[in-house]
Amino acid sequence: MPKTTPFHNCLAPYNETGIWKHWSGYLVAPRYQYSTIAEYYAIRNSVAILDTSPLFKYRISGPDALRFLQSVMVRDIGQCKIGDAQYTCWCNSDGFVLQDGVILRISDDNFRLTAGEPSLHYFRATASTLDLSNLEIEDLTNDYGILAVQGPHAYSTISQLTDATDSLSYFELAQTEIEGSPVLLSRTGYTGDLGYELWIKAEDADRIWQCLISAGHDYNVIPIGLEALKMARVEAGLLLLDVDFQSARFAWVDEQRETPIELGWRWMLRKLAHDPRDFIGRDAIEKQMTEGSNRWTTVGLSIDWNDYERVHLEAGIMPPKYELYCESTHNIYRRGSHEWDYAGYATSFLFSPILKKPIAIAKLPNELAKPGTEVDLEIPIIKKNRNVLARVQRMPFFNPTRKTDQPARKAAL
Amino acid sequence: MNNETNYDAIVIGGGHNGLVNAAYLAKSGLKTLVLEQRSLVGGAAITEELIPGYKFTTFSYALSLLRPDIVQDLDLASHGLTVLPMTNTFQPGFDGEYLLLGPDKDANFHEISRYSVQDAEAYRDLNHLINRVCHALKPLVDEIPPNSASQNPADLAEMAALNQYIEKLPEDIRAMIDKFANCSAAEILDEYLESDLLKAQIVSSGIIGTKAGPRSKESGLVWLFHRLGEYDGVQGDWGFHKGGNGGFTQVLARAFESFGGTIQTEAGVETVLYENSQTTGVRLKDQTQINAPIVVSALDPRRTFMQLVDPADLPGDLVQAIQDYKFQGTASKVNFALSDIPNFPGLDGRADIFTGFTNVGPSFDYLEDAFADCLAGRYSRRPFLDCCVQSTVDPDMSPPGKHIMSCFVMYTPYKLAESDWDAERENLGDTVQNTLEEFFPGFSKLVEHREVVTPLDIERFVGLSEGNIFAGELFTPQMFLNRPAPGWNQYRTPISGYYQCGSGTHPGGGVMGGPGKLAARQILKDHHAAMKTSD
Repeated sequence: MPKTTPFHNCLAPYNETGIWKHWSGYLVAPRYQYSTIAEYYAIRNSVAILDTSPLFKYRISGPDALRFLQSVMVRDIGQCKIGDAQYTCWCNSDGFVLQDGVILRISDDNFRLTAGEPSLHYFRATASTLDLSNLEIEDLTNDYGILAVQGPHAYSTISQLTDATDSLSYFELAQTEIEGSPVLLSRTGYTGDLGYELWIKAEDADRIWQCLISAGHDYNVIPIGLEALKMARVEAGLLLLDVDFQSARFAWVDEQRETPIELGWRWMLRKLAHDPRDFIGRDAIEKQMTEGSNRWTTVGLSIDWNDYERVHLEAGIMPPKYELYCESTHNIYRRGSHEWDYAGYATSFLFSPILKKPIAIAKLPNELAKPGTEVDLEIPIIKKNRNVLARVQRMPFFNPTRKTDQPARKAAL
Repeated sequence: MNNETNYDAIVIGGGHNGLVNAAYLAKSGLKTLVLEQRSLVGGAAITEELIPGYKFTTFSYALSLLRPDIVQDLDLASHGLTVLPMTNTFQPGFDGEYLLLGPDKDANFHEISRYSVQDAEAYRDLNHLINRVCHALKPLVDEIPPNSASQNPADLAEMAALNQYIEKLPEDIRAMIDKFANCSAAEILDEYLESDLLKAQIVSSGIIGTKAGPRSKESGLVWLFHRLGEYDGVQGDWGFHKGGNGGFTQVLARAFESFGGTIQTEAGVETVLYENSQTTGVRLKDQTQINAPIVVSALDPRRTFMQLVDPADLPGDLVQAIQDYKFQGTASKVNFALSDIPNFPGLDGRADIFTGFTNVGPSFDYLEDAFADCLAGRYSRRPFLDCCVQSTVDPDMSPPGKHIMSCFVMYTPYKLAESDWDAERENLGDTVQNTLEEFFPGFSKLVEHREVVTPLDIERFVGLSEGNIFAGELFTPQMFLNRPAPGWNQYRTPISGYYQCGSGTHPGGGVMGGPGKLAARQILKDHHAAMKTSD
């Protein structure tokens, strides 16, 4: 039997479709309504609640905690102020990415971390290898549930329950209470929109859920499933483990592995020249940066709307757009004198409901990675593959100012 | 008085087609000015905050027909285009009966099966056939139509190509197009379906905004017309623009301005200026004169040909055609600010049933009775209503917890036989409210504010003659080759440099933008040809 999250009993009545799937062995809804697009627009237009409790959750604390994270993580958590969060990744010694995740710095030596794959054994073994013993690494996965409250009215909803949102900037966190229960609140999310994530003790799940649903009622709050989330994350240019990359840990060959540079996370290494840390994989990554020897660069692709229409209309069909999201590999070719000149591949493909055009996340060699570069993207049309024109575009594709702006408390009418 | 500034092009009327047209012209480098008589642009696509926190979609209230290439060409997404899907359609019936159709075809099958298992299946066949028809017609909707009145070889060739295109269509599609052009929506529906409630729900698209009942032969084409739209490629689906349709025209205005265009509001145009059949500019009602070699009227055909220019300067057959062109508006709006969501007995408290259209008009007979009142020169005593509660989808339309409801009301003839609209305005509001009370008991108690917009008000505020929401009926003799008149369906007028781009031109009404786009294509073609000659 699959496990259930602390919110399962609250969420089950909302699932009109009766469809559940598994995420790390927990039951989660791909969608609650018959319409994924309606759930997507809760993220972009009103407010959505997503249960992300299946994420693995760790507490890393003690005098060596900071040093441990500084030695493991690609970004320097020492640069992250107390009360801030940091999106980061960690690599093996060859510089290949094991995972990405968000670290919350609660105090000087107390951190929380979320990860897509189990990492307790890896962290403990690594601490031991690094000879760091004055720290504790605990698995909190089943002690807490996490709810992501995302959308333009995320603030209007949560600010009714706590004042902590008022001064909370992008990637800041606060320890607060909702109805007397402790909640760890961060202004983070996986949607590229205004949003918050709440760590809630498993035993408080029902009560906090009810509070959020009541507070969001007047803003049309709905629970949303993973499909809507995934659509939003492509627009936000956020990579997904096992879709846009895979963990180096269980890969067989290096062709399956990728470095932070290859994943488009060069920004994580911006301050490397002034960063004396010796984190795992640093040498390999630095060598790759110096030599420009990365095999790929992860980029956004904007598919030419007219060409996308043309290839479908020529085949006599309406171009598929509605709720179109796929995670299969699409090959990319150079546009030149001969067809099918392989250049790279796309991993996530979406017809963006808000941008009204198809977009994709793709891997291209450096010489094709410059924004504006034209390539051919292969898509299947009635059992035949056709090429459509696509252009390299900087990610995120969609980046509303409300994501980082300080929301204003609404005056009572 | 002579304005210092000269423009390459002036667009008269800041409705959606005027803005689309102007944006295309500005994008291609013409110095373009939009003149709007009201204090805000948008024409019949506006949102007004009549009382604090409540956003009223005074006139038009939903999107589907908007041509998707316009969104791309004018980069509307980057200017804030946000079309929220209308996922459900609710059709209340009598005695607690209802039909609730949603986004899932299998769920819809079972919902329709409650009335007829056969219909549940036939509904799919009918939809697929109509989708194929719309797909076949797409090139005609998105191109400048040929000129059927010309003997010019190029025009004759275009007519021949059109006929060839139609002839090459599959037999079943051609037969269906014939039916739409010549039969009533009721006749077509009776062939496929048996459930009154389902047929009444579908037929609403065939009568909306039109002086026609379900059994009037004009309703077939009106139905087809309303199926030509799409939502992200799903044919016939509709959406709300964030903030109402006024939100959409604000997006258009921003796009236009981003291309360097200028908008001047409270600038009603008195007349188009021309010398020797050559356009020179416009004169505003305040007597300001603004010069431009290109002037585009986004107003309806009557205003374009009979008011902005002197009809004496136009060919007699064109003037005759415009005089014969039918407006005869029959639609009104009654919009409500509500303290809560209306209640349908048996589905108590369900806000989700209102996330799309709610059609009050449960049978052909109900709708024909409503139409009979119209033919007798009075508004329907039990009207057909097409209601939307956009606040169930877009929380920014109303204060938290409150709702806003837009009701499109049929039939309300522009010319009342025994009264006038200034006298009947609130009576119409009461009639609509009573009808809603019948289907949603307790409705009246929810009403915090009511706005009644009669055909006369539509004419007064928007300028649409006789309050026709499409700038002229969508009847076969007034469409495509004949919109607005044979020989004048290619956006030009007999006065060189003077063009038309309103909903009274092909492809027609609704928030489509097609006329504005295609007119721009014609204007730019002529402009570039003229530039070449002068080189």
